[in-house]
Amino acid sequence: MSRPTVTIDGNEAVADVAYQVNEVIAIYPITPSSAMGEWADQWAAEGRPNIWGTVPRVVEMQSEGGAAGAVHGALQAGSLTTTFTASQGLLLMIPNMYKIAGELTSTVFHVAARSVAAQALSIFGDQSDVMATRATGFALLASNSVQEAMDFALVAQAAALEARIPFLHFFDGFRTSHEVMKVQPLTPEEIRAMIDEDLVRAHRRRALSPDRPFIRGTAQNPDVYFQAREAVNSYYLACPTIVQNAMDKFARLVGRSYHLFDYVGTPDADRVLVLMGSGAEAAQETVEYLADRGEKVGLLKVRLYRPFSVEHFVAALPPTVKTLAVLDRTKEPGSAGEPLYLDVVTAVIEAMAAGRAPLCAAPRIIGGRYGLSSKEFTPAMIKGIFDEMTKVQPKNHFTIGIHDDVTQTSLKYDPAFSTEHPETIRAVFYGLGADGTVGANKNSIKIIGEETDNYAQGYFVYDSKKSGSVTISHLRFGPQPIYSTYLIDRANFVACHQFPLLERLHVLKTAEPGAAFLLNSPYGPEEVWNRLPRAVQEQIIGKKLRFFVIDGHKVAREAGMGGRINTVMQPCFFVLSGVLPRDEAITAIKAAIVKTYGKLGEAVVQKNIDAVDRALDHLHEVRVPAEVTSAFDLRPPVPAEAPEFVRNVTAKMIARQGDDLPVSALPIDGTYPSGTTKWEKANIALEIPVWDPDICIQCGKCVLVCPHSVIRAKVYEPAVLDNAPTTFKSTAARWREFANLHYTLQVSPEDCTGCTLCVEVCPVKNKSEVRLKAINMMPQPPIRDQEAQNWDFFLGLPETDRRVLNVGQVKDAQLLEPLFEFSGACAGCGETPYLKLMSQLFGDRTIIANATGCSSIYGGNLPTTPWTVNREGRGPAWSNSLFEDNAEFGLGIRLALDKQGEYARELLTRLASTVGDELVRDLLNARQSTEAGIREQRERVRILKARLEGTDSPEARDLLAVADALVKKSVWIVGGDGWAYDIGYGGLDHVLASGYNVNLLVLDTEVYSNTGGQASKATPRGAVAKFAAAGKGTPKKDLAMMAMTYGHVYVARIAMGGSDTQTMKAFLEAEAYEGPSLIIAYSHCIAHGYDLAHGMEQQKAAVLSGYWPLFRYNPNLVKEGKNPLQLDSKPPTLPLEKYIYNETRYTMLARSKPDQARWLLQLAQEDVRARWKLYAHWAAMPVDGTSKEGHHG
Amino acid sequence: MVDLTTRYLGLTLKNPLVASASPLCEDIGNIRRMEDAGAAAVVLHSLFEEQITLESHDLDRYLTHGAESFAEALTYFPDMTEYNLGPEGYLDHLRRAKASVDIPIIGSLNGVSTGGWIRYARKIEEAGADALELNVYFIPTDAEMTGAEVEQMYVDLVRDVKASIRIPVAVKLGHAFSAMANMGRRLDEAGADALVLFNRFYQPDFDLEHLEVTPTLTLSSSYELLLRIHWVAILFGHIRPDLAVTGGIHTAQDVLKAMMAGARVAMMTSALLKHGIDHLAVVQKELVTWMEEHEYESIHQMQGSMSYRSVAEPAAFERANYMRVLRSYALRTSPKDPRREGNRSAMRAEPC
Repeated sequence: MSRPTVTIDGNEAVADVAYQVNEVIAIYPITPSSAMGEWADQWAAEGRPNIWGTVPRVVEMQSEGGAAGAVHGALQAGSLTTTFTASQGLLLMIPNMYKIAGELTSTVFHVAARSVAAQALSIFGDQSDVMATRATGFALLASNSVQEAMDFALVAQAAALEARIPFLHFFDGFRTSHEVMKVQPLTPEEIRAMIDEDLVRAHRRRALSPDRPFIRGTAQNPDVYFQAREAVNSYYLACPTIVQNAMDKFARLVGRSYHLFDYVGTPDADRVLVLMGSGAEAAQETVEYLADRGEKVGLLKVRLYRPFSVEHFVAALPPTVKTLAVLDRTKEPGSAGEPLYLDVVTAVIEAMAAGRAPLCAAPRIIGGRYGLSSKEFTPAMIKGIFDEMTKVQPKNHFTIGIHDDVTQTSLKYDPAFSTEHPETIRAVFYGLGADGTVGANKNSIKIIGEETDNYAQGYFVYDSKKSGSVTISHLRFGPQPIYSTYLIDRANFVACHQFPLLERLHVLKTAEPGAAFLLNSPYGPEEVWNRLPRAVQEQIIGKKLRFFVIDGHKVAREAGMGGRINTVMQPCFFVLSGVLPRDEAITAIKAAIVKTYGKLGEAVVQKNIDAVDRALDHLHEVRVPAEVTSAFDLRPPVPAEAPEFVRNVTAKMIARQGDDLPVSALPIDGTYPSGTTKWEKANIALEIPVWDPDICIQCGKCVLVCPHSVIRAKVYEPAVLDNAPTTFKSTAARWREFANLHYTLQVSPEDCTGCTLCVEVCPVKNKSEVRLKAINMMPQPPIRDQEAQNWDFFLGLPETDRRVLNVGQVKDAQLLEPLFEFSGACAGCGETPYLKLMSQLFGDRTIIANATGCSSIYGGNLPTTPWTVNREGRGPAWSNSLFEDNAEFGLGIRLALDKQGEYARELLTRLASTVGDELVRDLLNARQSTEAGIREQRERVRILKARLEGTDSPEARDLLAVADALVKKSVWIVGGDGWAYDIGYGGLDHVLASGYNVNLLVLDTEVYSNTGGQASKATPRGAVAKFAAAGKGTPKKDLAMMAMTYGHVYVARIAMGGSDTQTMKAFLEAEAYEGPSLIIAYSHCIAHGYDLAHGMEQQKAAVLSGYWPLFRYNPNLVKEGKNPLQLDSKPPTLPLEKYIYNETRYTMLARSKPDQARWLLQLAQEDVRARWKLYAHWAAMPVDGTSKEGHHG
Repeated sequence: MVDLTTRYLGLTLKNPLVASASPLCEDIGNIRRMEDAGAAAVVLHSLFEEQITLESHDLDRYLTHGAESFAEALTYFPDMTEYNLGPEGYLDHLRRAKASVDIPIIGSLNGVSTGGWIRYARKIEEAGADALELNVYFIPTDAEMTGAEVEQMYVDLVRDVKASIRIPVAVKLGHAFSAMANMGRRLDEAGADALVLFNRFYQPDFDLEHLEVTPTLTLSSSYELLLRIHWVAILFGHIRPDLAVTGGIHTAQDVLKAMMAGARVAMMTSALLKHGIDHLAVVQKELVTWMEEHEYESIHQMQGSMSYRSVAEPAAFERANYMRVLRSYALRTSPKDPRREGNRSAMRAEPC
């Protein structure tokens, strides 16, 4: 390679070009495209200019719909404008896309193509979002690799300016957007040369201007709309040639040649695949492999999908083609075929009919679906398709890569087929998110890409959980170009960076014979063998693996790296893989360390360098015995007593074998059983809390704050202890009401994440040794089995009768069974304690509408779900509609429940004689404001149903169907601040205004946590977030204040760490309030940047500083002649800086831009003062509207 | 007109009043006011190596915490191009202080590693400090560590720093040395240009309600001066380095005692925190008045005049002094209530 190279991912490659050729960039985060906006924002913050020497204006909008509107406006005002998006985000842009295209406006939208939510949301890659825009009039240009994504970002921009047609440039989400590849970047000169300045000026001349006014965007009538719509045709007809010309110009300038349709394969191929996107890379690898072996096969890569040029398409096909297989990475249920297939069929038939197809004979055309939601698409599958094409009657509308045992669409293939080049090194690494494995591997692939002549590729697979998440890194490098857009299944290097993973995953499944296996092991080379599960020993012996161990954690600890073993394992990989001579490798790693960590200070650089220096001395080769000796094996993913579905389906997903599940195994409509997290024992805590019954005061605070519901308490008759395990702890209950009962606080050892929030919040100290509390962290492994047994026994103890509990007290609430447990949220999450509390209080009668975000991911991401059921089978019913519509979704649920209740009451009246007057009267007049009242009504409904069972009338059957609606149901509309403050605010506002009885719970982390910390309107002034790198300059939106101005909305601002009692009051009042209720809950978050063990203390500091005043606004109080606003916290006593400078989101600004930080702190402190004054004033006002303060003042 | 000038660390100071390291020095305006109020030099607050290191590690930890774990959130913070993590903020402050006043500015450094002491000492020198005070704040909690090792650590530190920079170096010490006089000599041999006696250490207090240890530092009182003048008086004339008193200087009398014991300068922190920066002017005025009343011509004249080697009864500084105090204590104590009386007597006792 003579040109310089960089090793970057697709998002960065595209953003690099898009940034340079635009001046206005409107963004909104959505996976997997978020990074493009983040790059643009970062470069703008750094003052990087575009090719015209000016820094683009980057603006974050409230939604993709908003971004599209802003783009449309900026384009109409004559600026070169772009945006980045994916999936639902792209769908929200569609209305504007029609307008932008209809007005023949030059722009490029860059899309990291992603599945559209159907039976489930998926963040992964396919082209169903792009396909949904086919009718908008945008040109659709597909890139297949990181290099192409960079190149086509520019080609699209050049062509859009000339064609006056807007372009949607897309590439596969994750596979291309997140694949790290060695590419040749475009120089600013090349970019400038591609952009015709005259066309830019022409674009500006078409803009709205009062200096030469016109109107655009009229309404048209039947007389002209149709003709006007057809007026654009010539532009679409010209577009393909313009694109080809741009590609040709690009080839002249840069040397890389592209065509509208690029053919690869034998010139006389009889079988040709047609597809676009990253799958075409794997197809190219396969076609070249097969062609080398004499098979007459070819591949037609579709670049410009819209406008579709029939002429160019047929011209690109080999004339000898007999069978075409057209592959779509999307599904259009109910269609005659997927979009690309239909286009190809049309193109070939039209061309043949017109005599313009240079083909020997009409080819047979079959279509198939592949790769939905980043499903693997491998050479083996591609070979399977080619094999199918040889059949006399090949399957049409097939699927590949899955096993469809229901409608039999899937093709069979031989998974053993491989086209991996023997000279390419293939390395697979298993790690945990927290250990830095992925970071180190990204670093490694950059070193290899930039320090050697090798081609290099890195791809990273993450977990669906946020705590204890497993990562798998796939690194390829070697002298041959790499087209392998699929995971490595034949590794010649396997590293397992976490010893416990050996028991959970088949880490050596991908190792090929003779491969090197590097294990981070607490056991040395002599001792390790007998610590390995049987399957691992078998693989090592059977495949003759070279086996190496290093105690990475020890080395990391000694170097001051804590749990981050990245820089310990990295040199081992370099040395064992032999990619660079040892000394060169070490030098390169150290240079990368200085580059990466230099800005974090010498101490950080030094500890990493120390880790590198220490590493190789601790690397040992293990002499592999000839015999398998281990007496244990991999642990089953779920226990044998799990329900059938969990055993047959969920367990496969947990074991990362979900790809093997056939179609028949999966629910048809996205419906899954509740309460399955309990079967997935993650065992991620190194230490767990252990109870000291002697000093515990049984306050229940630890139970309340536990984000993972792993600490529980029960009171019970001492007699039940007869069968208790010997280590089960019990003590006298410290309740007056339960004088003769016993009490146990029990921890689930295998579900605990070790976050220590519970220990931090424990108010008791041991009088003889004050470091000890009533719960203390102890190493998990020695007590795991014993405590697991205790946990099982504990779960079997009877639940406390809810009717005797005062649910408004924390002490009593600890005895309420949580119906939300063991979620995959971050260890120490600040959101989940609120959800758990809600589930304890109302879970058995709750329907939850959950906005997309963290809570929908830890709440509803497969394989397992934390929402669970009680012994009666009742529990929260949960659903996620979208990000933007959650309030409306929840309102719809309320409307349905209300209507069903109303209908049920009408039917009751009509059927009174059948059902019984007394029962009807009781059912209609039931008071359901207490647990007892609800229980009685449930009993009445049970009797009603029993009576109706014997009645065979349509009305009776109707009443049976809706009878449950007679029992009070609670609707909770749950989401984060991104939803409530930004994208869903319009709907939230409307639902609040509607007056309906819904409860909106805003888990306010003050940032888009789930997509990686982008600023929302809840982000406070002075905090750094993505898209607010200079510290957010404007204050946090006061959503509570806005809601209170309605007057009829119950509003509470709460922080559990500030006051758990106030939190509980707010939940109870909100639910009891017969109208809309809004709870805004301070939720500490990993994106705030501090040890979440101190989350509750930090919440307290937020309250004490006055930053987060606690209050409740209860409209019912007005009827009592009271002020509806009650302040529940005291005037600020803590300077704001004492609160905020505990968090990295603030300190990083103080470190990077101290003057700006000082200025914003001053403003933020003033915000606090002013807001407190306003609230205090309001709270002091008598209900007649005159202010007490006013009288004084 | 009395001559208040003194020499300290090779610098000629207009008087012996030095504003010592305190939070007040973190503000340039305060430093200007100190000069206006008569401070002859200012020792800046300390650059803490440990704090820099801690902030680096914290930032490293929290910026990457949770990163590269979950596909939707591979990072949680924007990538800043640089962080002002090193000593730059401190050095910038030092430069601005130098530019704002005419009096000498003495940098202060509190290190933890040999590399850190040297690296940051050089940076402080480069930033323009007139001298450097090494604030050695070491609590030997390790039961394996001997007194000799602790002492050697001090000596090595001073030698290393002296070998690295050209500006004068003062060493601020705690009083807990078994052989302070010998320690003074060894530090002299290691190259120290001044000894600053003594550092005041944070004392852990107990919060009985919350059963927590709470580090506290109460403001000094003149009473604490006695320990300092005792050791200054003993060291004066026996070692080459200048001596400075810090801790307990509140009044002109305190300054006078320090000078007579042999100090070149008297450093004030608590008094300024308590009474304000203008207190410097009050003390200076009283100092002049006292000297005039007692017909002293210069500060130099009195420096060391009551040191160990200059007083009529050197035994007053030695064990005999202790014996005498004990004897007087016993004589004045009532046999009926020795404890209460004893306390009262001790309170009445004049300094010897």
